[in-house]
Amino acid sequence: MTYLAKPRLLSELQPRNELGYTRRDYEGAISTLCAGCGHDSVSAAIVQACYELDIQPHRMAKLSGIGCSSKTPDYFLGASHGFNSVHGRMPSVATGAALANRDLIYLGVSGDGDSASIGIGQFAHAMRRGVNMTYIVENNGVYGLTKGQFSATADKGSKSKKGVLNADSPIDLVALALQLGASYVGRSFSGDKEQLIPLIKGALRHHGPAFIDVISPCVTFNNHAGSTKSYDYVREHNEAVNRIEVIMSRHPIEASYAPGSLRRVVQHDGSVLLLRKLGTEYDPTDRIGAMNHLHERHALGEIVTGLLYVDEGAEDMHRNLNTVETPLNQLDDADLCPGSLALDALNASLR
Amino acid sequence: MKRIDTGTPDHLHQVVDCQWACPAHTPVPEYLRLIAAGRFAESYEINWWSNVFPGILGRVCDRPCEPACRRGRVDEEPVAICRMKRVAADLKGDISSRMPKAPVEKNGKRIACVGAGPASLTVARDLALLGYQVTVFDGGESAGGMMRSQIPKFRLPDAVIDEECGYVEALDVDIRLNSWIESLGALNAEGWDAVFVGTGAPRGREAELPGRQEAAANIHIGIDWLSNIAFDHVHSVGKRVIVLGGGNTAMDCCRSARRLGAEDVRVIVRSGFDEMKASPWEKDEALHEGIIIQNCMVPMAFEHDGGTLTGVTFEHVEVQHDAHGKRSLVPTGRMETVPCDEVLIAIGQENTFPWIERDIGLEFDRWDLPVLGEKTLQSTIPNIFFGGDSALGPKNIITAVAQGHDAAISIDLFCKGEDVNNRPPDRITLASQKMGLHEWAYDNEISEEDRQKVPVRSLELALKDVRLELELGFDVKKACAEAERCLNCDMATVFTPQTCIECDSCVDICPTECITFTDDGDEDDLRGRLKVPAPNLEQPLYVAGGLKTGRVMVKDENICLHCGLCSERCPTNAWDMQKVDWLVAHAGAE
Ligand SMILES: Cc1cc2nc3c(=O)[nH]c(=O)nc-3n(C[C@H](O)[C@H](O)[C@H](O)COP(=O)(O)OP(=O)(O)OC[C@H]3O[C@@H](n4cnc5c(N)ncnc54)[C@H](O)[C@@H]3O)c2cc1C
Ligand SMILES: Cc1ncc(C[n+]2csc(CCOP(=O)(O)OP(=O)(O)O)c2C)c(N)n1
Ligand code: SF4
Ligand code: SF4
Ligand code: SF4
Ligand SMILES: [Mg+2]
Repeated sequence: MTYLAKPRLLSELQPRNELGYTRRDYEGAISTLCAGCGHDSVSAAIVQACYELDIQPHRMAKLSGIGCSSKTPDYFLGASHGFNSVHGRMPSVATGAALANRDLIYLGVSGDGDSASIGIGQFAHAMRRGVNMTYIVENNGVYGLTKGQFSATADKGSKSKKGVLNADSPIDLVALALQLGASYVGRSFSGDKEQLIPLIKGALRHHGPAFIDVISPCVTFNNHAGSTKSYDYVREHNEAVNRIEVIMSRHPIEASYAPGSLRRVVQHDGSVLLLRKLGTEYDPTDRIGAMNHLHERHALGEIVTGLLYVDEGAEDMHRNLNTVETPLNQLDDADLCPGSLALDALNASLR
Repeated sequence: MKRIDTGTPDHLHQVVDCQWACPAHTPVPEYLRLIAAGRFAESYEINWWSNVFPGILGRVCDRPCEPACRRGRVDEEPVAICRMKRVAADLKGDISSRMPKAPVEKNGKRIACVGAGPASLTVARDLALLGYQVTVFDGGESAGGMMRSQIPKFRLPDAVIDEECGYVEALDVDIRLNSWIESLGALNAEGWDAVFVGTGAPRGREAELPGRQEAAANIHIGIDWLSNIAFDHVHSVGKRVIVLGGGNTAMDCCRSARRLGAEDVRVIVRSGFDEMKASPWEKDEALHEGIIIQNCMVPMAFEHDGGTLTGVTFEHVEVQHDAHGKRSLVPTGRMETVPCDEVLIAIGQENTFPWIERDIGLEFDRWDLPVLGEKTLQSTIPNIFFGGDSALGPKNIITAVAQGHDAAISIDLFCKGEDVNNRPPDRITLASQKMGLHEWAYDNEISEEDRQKVPVRSLELALKDVRLELELGFDVKKACAEAERCLNCDMATVFTPQTCIECDSCVDICPTECITFTDDGDEDDLRGRLKVPAPNLEQPLYVAGGLKTGRVMVKDENICLHCGLCSERCPTNAWDMQKVDWLVAHAGAE
């Protein structure tokens, strides 16, 4: 089986962003995932988000663990920094990288196995420490790469491809993220790019730990009747609370909506999130309310999607640790190791 | 928007840009693939069925296919479609066993063709294969029409014309040379079942300016002068030559003059450089051969000294465009006399039918062209048909061939007593090319090579001999590299909405982003909302409904590369690559 590389021929009609790049410039190597895998759509959404945000590829770092989902950073942002860690350890590597160089944009891509099974401890600590990153879990309810065993996010009672029922309770990473202090939390579906792309954009512009759970069907091992992570099931049970639009500070806001239906959230960097309510009354700045809503709807069998929580005054790990503005990797020896006199003075102050 | 049914031929045809643009609808991608496979004889054969003169057209065709070629919209330059015909012709080897034979048993119908140009010879070829007895009359010494008499030998050698006219003659076609027809009335009275008129547009337009008569010895009508070179009556020219006019004839005149020893050759044109009618590649070649092109100068008078031409006086003009973009040439009053020894007038060609009586019932329109049925090419005398330059004014060889096919269909229907308007339909078949998960019956990998340059003889050699062919043609390696540049536009993307699960994989993989799943709308609205906007209205949108979410799949055919990646990525085979075989109806088709 051979995979052709995408040809580079492009028409002049191809749109370009402010930097003069086409979407194709944000792509990576050709994907080796199964045809129809939701993860490829998430990659495409990341490409589109970075393109729309005019991100310079070399200002971005993408990190991942192990799994089909964790393979995807090879398939987008071919000109960015990357680190493929061991299974479940992406959050610690991201934490270290973010500590060393606070100037890069960090994007972690993981799977439900990688983050909710082997890496759940790592996930929890990255969230509670407030690492300034976008953390995307491509959630298919199975270990795709190892041929479809149930993962920790598989719903109780859902059926495997071979017909076996899952007896264990599921972990809801969105609920965990809310509880652990993520300051931007969303859920979406790989088959709904209109919702997913702005969610990723908002996360990339968010200052603080941003978590997005993307239901991303495994077309090979978990897309049958009886699965709760199949294309059909998710489409039928998807309950979006809002639609978001990300407006960069330099662009004027033109959208006109009925009064009261629109909510404006200004992020740390000046970017504006315009949240259009859908149906139910929902306040995305109320963390406790978000957790309640999630549980209520889950009990009804609905999959709640949209931007579920955002904290306008979010802070990150560097603020918590009171580090200097200059990225640590740019500090010289003298700053990093002020010498024995400084140590003596410090010791003296603690006596 | 209205759903597109890929079963409708027009959509599928239009997507094969080159074949659609070729007046004779030559199956271009198919012959290119055959060349890439080293099957030159077969490549020649399918060309021959469509356009009758592959070796000739592979050297001198006006190539309307190339500006239409998809590759030109996604790359710097289109595929060198034209010169690949020459490759097939050059490398085909012995094809005698492939060439069809005329039926031994004739059908008893006798057809006269007047003129042995491409139009008549196409009619003769198509009808002879059906058992008609065809006689072709031409006033000249050899067959080929203007291909023989006007197109310079350095572009089209005699041997190629001999060979391809020979294939027609071999079908028991009786070609009578040195047989000028004096009267259409008399000819028709001889009892032919049908008469085809393919006599071209043989009169070069005159420049009636002061001094024309006095200096006549050094002033020539371009097309007449060219035929005098072709038939070896002219061997030299003055040192300083002015060519009036900016079309293809002007280019042949100036380049021939250079080869006959002229040192200072100027093509002087009324219009601006970009508006000249000559093909861009001909202008390039002329410039390369040291010819000077001067623009925005209108000839006013021929200057002479007691009957000896000394120069031409021009008035400079300015090109101006009004609010509607309409162009006009505004005189500036500035005069200039350009000295010269000889002038070639190449400002256009006209139809003339001195041998057609005006009282035999054959009607002419106000431009003095015969009144004809649009597709039937039938004149107001039912058994007389026209085609080529004689029908609609000067065009080119491939148009003459296409009209020859159309006229042959009409003649066949007419002789069978059927309605000439009841044309046989084109045939279309679709066949899946899928051989495996990532395997296709065609090579779907897309070459990123630039267009190959045709090797030519050195300028020094070329300018020494007016009959020496300039181009050498592609060798096998270059030919294959060029064939690989073809995007296989006849491999249609066919979508089956019933099996699509809307996973977006095709959208994400498509290298030119021409697939969009979106809410329905009218065409204008949809064109603006696609992933890559689709402003090219000449290229159709492919729209399919019936998806679970109620959205529509919209594909902009304009920029599709036919790479098949959508189909390779689709988990449910909702996309398939299917080869479109478009069999254009010829005479005798059911
Ligand atoms: C200088 C020049 C260069 C050209 N270059 C190209 C080119 O590069 N590519 C291209 O595609 N086209 C080119 N053309 C145009 C092309 O040659 C013509 O469009 C084409 O040959 C028309 O074909 P036809 O069959 O209609 O008639 P023609 O080729 O004109 O043939 C008509 C024939 O009929 C004969 N005839 C006319 N009246 C009678 C009569 N009463 N009795 C007997 N015989 C008669 C003539 O002698 C002639 O042989 C060129 C034309 C010129 C003038
Ligand atoms: C330490 C370790 N334990 C187990 C494995 C085997 N393994 C590889 S991928 C994987 C699960 C991946 O699941 P998920 O993160 O959901 O990714 P998916 O393939 O579903 O996208 C496992 C258990 C491993 N590679 N390393
Ligand atoms: S096994 Fe599943 S998750 Fe892995 S690539 Fe295939 S469809 Fe995607
Ligand atoms: S063949 Fe398919 S993937 Fe390739 S360009 Fe056309 S629509 Fe896109
Ligand atoms: S890849 Fe196939 S199933 Fe998926 S959206 Fe495209 S056509 Fe539909
Ligand atoms: Mg998984």
